[in-house]
Amino acid sequence: MKDRGYYGQYGGAFLPEILTTTFDELEAIFNSIKNDPCFWKEYKSLMSSYSCRPTPLTFAENLTDHFNGAKIYIKREDLNHTGAHKANNVMGQGLLVKKMGKKRVIAETGAGQHGVATATMAAKFGFDCTIYMGEVDVLRQRPNVFWMEQLGAEVISVKDGTRILKDAINEAFRDWVENMDTTHYVLGTACGPHPFPEMVTFFQSIIGQEARNQILEIEGKLPARVYACVGGGSNAMGLFSGFLNDPVELVGVEAGGKGLNSGKHASRLSSKDASCGIAQGYKTYFLQDSDGQMKETHSISAGLDYVGVSPILSKMHDMKEARFESATDDDVVKALRFTMQKEGIIPALESAHAFAFAFKEAGNLSKDDIIIINQSGRGDKDIFTVADAFDDPKWKQFIIEKALEYKKNA
Amino acid sequence: MLKSYINKKLDQKDILLMTHIVMGYPSFEDSMNIVEQMVEAGVDLMELQIPFSEPMADGPVILKANQKSLEKGSTVKKCFEFANKASKRFDIPFLFMSYANILHKFGMEKFSDQMAAMDIKGAIVPDIPPEEGKEYIRAMEKNKLCPIFIFSPETSDERMRYLSDNAKGFIYCVARKGVTGKETQFSHELDTYLKRCRKATDLPLAVGFGVKDKKDMNYLKGKADIAVIGSETIRIVDEKGVKATYDFICNLNK
Ligand SMILES: Cc1ncc(COP(=O)(O)O)c(C=O)c1O
Repeated sequence: MKDRGYYGQYGGAFLPEILTTTFDELEAIFNSIKNDPCFWKEYKSLMSSYSCRPTPLTFAENLTDHFNGAKIYIKREDLNHTGAHKANNVMGQGLLVKKMGKKRVIAETGAGQHGVATATMAAKFGFDCTIYMGEVDVLRQRPNVFWMEQLGAEVISVKDGTRILKDAINEAFRDWVENMDTTHYVLGTACGPHPFPEMVTFFQSIIGQEARNQILEIEGKLPARVYACVGGGSNAMGLFSGFLNDPVELVGVEAGGKGLNSGKHASRLSSKDASCGIAQGYKTYFLQDSDGQMKETHSISAGLDYVGVSPILSKMHDMKEARFESATDDDVVKALRFTMQKEGIIPALESAHAFAFAFKEAGNLSKDDIIIINQSGRGDKDIFTVADAFDDPKWKQFIIEKALEYKKNA
Repeated sequence: MLKSYINKKLDQKDILLMTHIVMGYPSFEDSMNIVEQMVEAGVDLMELQIPFSEPMADGPVILKANQKSLEKGSTVKKCFEFANKASKRFDIPFLFMSYANILHKFGMEKFSDQMAAMDIKGAIVPDIPPEEGKEYIRAMEKNKLCPIFIFSPETSDERMRYLSDNAKGFIYCVARKGVTGKETQFSHELDTYLKRCRKATDLPLAVGFGVKDKKDMNYLKGKADIAVIGSETIRIVDEKGVKATYDFICNLNK
């Protein structure tokens, strides 16, 4: 590998020897396309015909009136094919897999959005596909498991460790070290060994590029702030990429879970609980104990409860190039309900973190200010979790009856 | 010096035996009994693994042992106490095996100082390649300890030489792709690979991943210097108990 992918002291490629050649190859192919305008054209054309790019930038008039401060715009990544920004990264890596001539893809997934996106890409390009998903997330995101399997992917429920996203990543690596000749690991976020953080950011930067052009076209000026939720950091890096050289404040919102003082959260950059560590092939802030063992994380959303975070965001945190905040599970559910009622838009629980925090600040800004919230995905996948959070009696009755019906016919 | 110990031993037997345990699995007491059985049965070197919550290079057997050990309350401090006792009591070289974060969090130099104080001869850390290991290599050098680096069948001749230049003690050759604890084909392909390894380095060669019985060891005679048995001894402990490790090792050493 020519470059080790460092961002300040974070990043790197802490690879087992067996993967060195595979990463050399991956870095080489990524370097060959990243400055090639023809590739970006091919990518954009694929994303505009197979997905829904450019995704709209929606003016949230009712929310704006309600908070009576900054003008609120929503970047609609939920309108991508498969309902989240994950498709941007997956289709980009899919094109690379074709170039490398590999025939099988594997991926980890938390919320299931990355898994579903990978399964569609595999179906379209004719690859075999295996998805690793923590057992806890399989239960939380059952509709996405159903779709992955219908799309032809094998879904493996990971029962080791904390049985969530990081454990799915470990299992995907264990598969990869055995099958790298035929297989590409489509990592789903801007984490992991170099070149993944840079490569995933590269594909996701289409979000920020579009958003910047759109806001300039509509409003003739830049936003004061942009908000994105932060799991591994791919949708945040995607949006932030468009505004790195602008006087725009970048705000990343992490999972506050049951509150930063409860210990039950996944806030690596906005709490004091994380420290610099090395795991899953890279160096970044991890939620770990004093021995370096990873801690359990918690969030209502399966896509944000990750122990690590993009090394690029860790550097931006230290350099104060972005601000990091958190939103609690309760605030997130309230923000989700409010957004649905006011705008008829259903954000994913992950995205609702960005909404929840933006709502706290919108009223303090002037009416001349603009903010953009990244709606990284749509909320349909969360129907079970949200129904529980809303404690909806009609939904419960429906599930009971459906279960009885299955039982009778079984 | 580890290398001269290995070479001296090789005058007495065709191939040396290195075994592996996860400290604190099934318990620290059992771990000490296992070490005792193994040393008495004639093991030449031992790897003591400090458990980590994310053991990426390990397969199901060692992964479970890492998790169980941590669940039971293993800490780095307890592992150090254990290693110190073992190395004082038994007259064979001990090495640490762990992952980058354990050393990083402890502080590379402090970690190396501790190793020297306990007379642990070297370390195997699969997720520190030399490119990311400047601080690690310097720390090991300070106390004349051995950073053991790894060759794989995918490693080019040129890279083998680069790894060898950074390594001390011996080279750990993984026999195949994949993680620890799965079946390995001892085939012509492995021969060719081991010949490549031999040509690339003057250091002794240890071969691990999938080595599990006398047949495998016989196969490696003349091709490698040390056979490494990892997951298989954990399986034996799980299935037949701590005492069974003595007979198992005796059979291998016959
Ligand atoms: C809709 C949605 N938003 C956000 C995330 C978090 O990932 P990232 O921080 O990489 O954007 C996920 C991850 O599963 C997701 O599904």
